[in-house]
Amino acid sequence: MTVEEIAALVQGEILGGEEYKNRPVERIFASDLMSDVLTLKDYDNLMLLTGLCNLQSIRTCEMSDIQMILIVRGKEVTPEMLELAEDNEMIVVRTEFSMYKTAGILYGAGIPPVY
Amino acid sequence: MDFTYHVEGGDFTNAGSTSSEVKRMLKKLGVSPDIVKRTVVALYEAEVNIVAHAYRGDISVDLQDDKVRIVLADEGPGIPNIDWAMQKGNSTASPKVREMGFGAGMGLPNIKNNSDELNIQSEVGKGTTIEFVNYFTK
Repeated sequence: MTVEEIAALVQGEILGGEEYKNRPVERIFASDLMSDVLTLKDYDNLMLLTGLCNLQSIRTCEMSDIQMILIVRGKEVTPEMLELAEDNEMIVVRTEFSMYKTAGILYGAGIPPVY
Repeated sequence: MDFTYHVEGGDFTNAGSTSSEVKRMLKKLGVSPDIVKRTVVALYEAEVNIVAHAYRGDISVDLQDDKVRIVLADEGPGIPNIDWAMQKGNSTASPKVREMGFGAGMGLPNIKNNSDELNIQSEVGKGTTIEFVNYFTK
């Protein structure tokens, strides 16, 4: 499934990195704890689903080689976050849905978890 | 090649900017992606620790042909019990640090997991020095 298809499933909007909307997503990891994200092994085409919306969530993706991020609950994404995401060729999607609902929809759509 | 960077305690806006620069540098030098990731994850955890716990610190990056040696020396409260701090789940982080997605007591164990050699020295009331080495080939 592509990022664009995922965005459609969760009625999300692409806030930055529109040019990467056709990237395939093979797995999703959901966490608000960046320390946990930093323990992940290498997975190709991994998307982070998170309710943590600040510069450190983007930085953590940068260090973890994650280039797709889906932010829940319609939280405000700042220009600085989008700039950092752009520098790292990331696509940033935002949905109004909660973490639970978003994860349920995407798991139900067949996207496997990391663990 | 030696590089030195300064980090200010409490500056969450710039937390990770050194790790970001080092990542770019290692990639440019053609270091394999898995070693780059191990190195920058360890460095980022340690850099965030300075921002979260110390007053200020300096990060020295010594790039050699076969390895990178990184030393993070901070001025801060120090770690009273390093063995305790190395155990997963133990943390003294403030609510502010936890709001940033850290402070779960996973940082030091993760630095250990992502480094080939690790040495931590700390003096209460003075500060902490973390030194780690990652080899480019195994």
